[in-house]
Amino acid sequence: MMNRREFCKKAMVMAGGLALPLSAFELFDPKSLHAEKNDKSNTRWVFLVDTHKCVGCGFCVKSCKTENEVPYDANVTRTWVERYVITKDGNTYIDSPKGARDGFTTTKIDQQHEGMKDINNEDITKAFFVPKLCNQCDKPSCVQVCPVGATYRTADGVVLIDRKWCIGCGYCVQNCPYGARFFHPVYHVTDKCNFCYHRITKGMKTACVDACPFGARQIGNLKDQNDPVTKIIMTDRVNVLKEEYGNKPQAFYLGLSKEVK
Amino acid sequence: MVHGELWTIKEFFTYPNEYIYWPITIVMYPFVTGLVAGAFVLSSLYHVFGVKQLKDIARFSLVFSFALLPVAMMPLLLHLSQPFRGIEVMLTPHFTSAIAAFGVVFSTYGMIVASELWFVYRKHFVLKSLELKEKTNRSGLDSIFYLLFSALTLGAYDISEHALEKDEKAVGKLAAIGIPVACFLHGYVGFIFGSVKSNALWTTPLMPVIFLCSAVVSGVALCIVTYVITVGLRKLLYIRKRTQHPDSPTDESVKDVDLSEIKITTKYLVMFLILAFTLEFIDLIFRVYTGIKSWDILQVVIFKRDFVKVFILQYGIGNILPFILLLLPGLTVKRALLASALVLYGVFMMRWNVVIGGQAFSSSFSGFMEYHMPILPVSLDALKEGLIGTIAVIVTPYVLFFGLNKIMPVFGQTDSH
Repeated sequence: MMNRREFCKKAMVMAGGLALPLSAFELFDPKSLHAEKNDKSNTRWVFLVDTHKCVGCGFCVKSCKTENEVPYDANVTRTWVERYVITKDGNTYIDSPKGARDGFTTTKIDQQHEGMKDINNEDITKAFFVPKLCNQCDKPSCVQVCPVGATYRTADGVVLIDRKWCIGCGYCVQNCPYGARFFHPVYHVTDKCNFCYHRITKGMKTACVDACPFGARQIGNLKDQNDPVTKIIMTDRVNVLKEEYGNKPQAFYLGLSKEVK
Repeated sequence: MVHGELWTIKEFFTYPNEYIYWPITIVMYPFVTGLVAGAFVLSSLYHVFGVKQLKDIARFSLVFSFALLPVAMMPLLLHLSQPFRGIEVMLTPHFTSAIAAFGVVFSTYGMIVASELWFVYRKHFVLKSLELKEKTNRSGLDSIFYLLFSALTLGAYDISEHALEKDEKAVGKLAAIGIPVACFLHGYVGFIFGSVKSNALWTTPLMPVIFLCSAVVSGVALCIVTYVITVGLRKLLYIRKRTQHPDSPTDESVKDVDLSEIKITTKYLVMFLILAFTLEFIDLIFRVYTGIKSWDILQVVIFKRDFVKVFILQYGIGNILPFILLLLPGLTVKRALLASALVLYGVFMMRWNVVIGGQAFSSSFSGFMEYHMPILPVSLDALKEGLIGTIAVIVTPYVLFFGLNKIMPVFGQTDSH
């Protein structure tokens, strides 16, 4: 007859013994092995914005909202366009009314609660538009801080969100230096640009790239040396936003001015 | 309306998706967690460091800390846009996230406090269950209590002197382990904020330490306030009962607040207050002196837009005034009560200024956001994350404490711990 102490001892040994071979399944999970072997994905999606070409029409924002079912009138957007106006006295005025969904219909600068700011044309030294979207960072802080792993990076470099898993704590929203994330008004989970993953993985371009009449937005594969986007990134003087945060953003910009936030 | 839009007013340029995503509920989260940790540290001063004078308040603060514990989670659950998935933080933690450690740290701490309480109250459980067992005509309520107390003994009915001595040793050990865990619990809450690299106000390695010190300050202050009020209320009720029924039995456990006990507790309060204040000032001076890029906008927030909240309400009324009140000679219970209440307010304002202040400016550094707390529950968001939700968070620990006190009475215990 086994006494209690012996039973406990033997049970622990058995549990330990069983745990070992079971953990081997985890170590040698065929699926993850396969993924690791093939992790050398031959795709790395990147974005290229030529700010010189952007006129602030807002077609990109409009098409994005429609394509990705972000409610049209909701004051959140997966992509947006910022207008920068720099005056002779060194001031910078920036606005992006409704994310520039309807373009910029007035020369007045939207200062939100402070009203509209009228600037004399003679006082302006330079003005330009900067389209923005998720930078699909190589080291995304949003992925790092998600407490349940609901947001993750795919092998081809796009950061996605699992709407069925997100708990809606907003930690990722706080940790994105680019303000790319928001709460989806219908699904009540975080949302952001995913380079139209459903399109690019089927050989199409993103909705915003297709909608841009001036070719200011382009998407490409950084691992393909012959990709025209890759060629520009490799040979031209491109820049990224907020490099100091160390997220290694993968949206590249041509003609980025120092005033851009 | 999108989440956050209801209570955010934007000025100048902010990114289109920027709102105050962490409102009053996230102010309450570190505030309540701080109270939990602080109350526990106060109880440990007696159990671990043998500060004998703190015996009564130590027992009180241990039970109160336990009552506060589940409430620390409450503002988080109120905040989540998918509260039913909240449990996933514990079930499927993603350990590169600071929040994922919540389940581990929080439950470890909860288990320590629960075990400590069990050892402290084991004798009481045994006596109660035996007393109710012998009662011949038990009422329905008595039977429920009998079952409850019998279950709480966990079958350990030995209350010999030797066994109780062992209990006391266990309490000491648990309290000793509990201190670093309590400190870790709150230091970790500071880390949640301090590690947000994209927020210029939050990102500082000092944040966990600042949070920890202010946690102890707030926990001690709340224990003083609640203890003085509870003891006072008990006395008041007792006197009223005696005047209405002069022949009712006398209760030895009803007494005045022990001034010497309060005096010692306030000494610890002042000590931690100085520490918290110094750390916060070091942080501020460092920011002024180094003047890195973000300082341009931070100084507008700290010295202009939030001046009253930071320097008058937090430092002035919440730190310096109670500091003077506590150090003036001839401390009375009433003065200690007032000073502690002010300290509590000061710590709340500190949490407010960190959490809301950290979101008062756009991460583009070109605009501001102002928070307007929803008062009326005009929507589910306004109900959960507005005044009503906040009041629920404030009231719940007292309701729990009232219930816990029926099972683990704080007053009138004669045993050694």
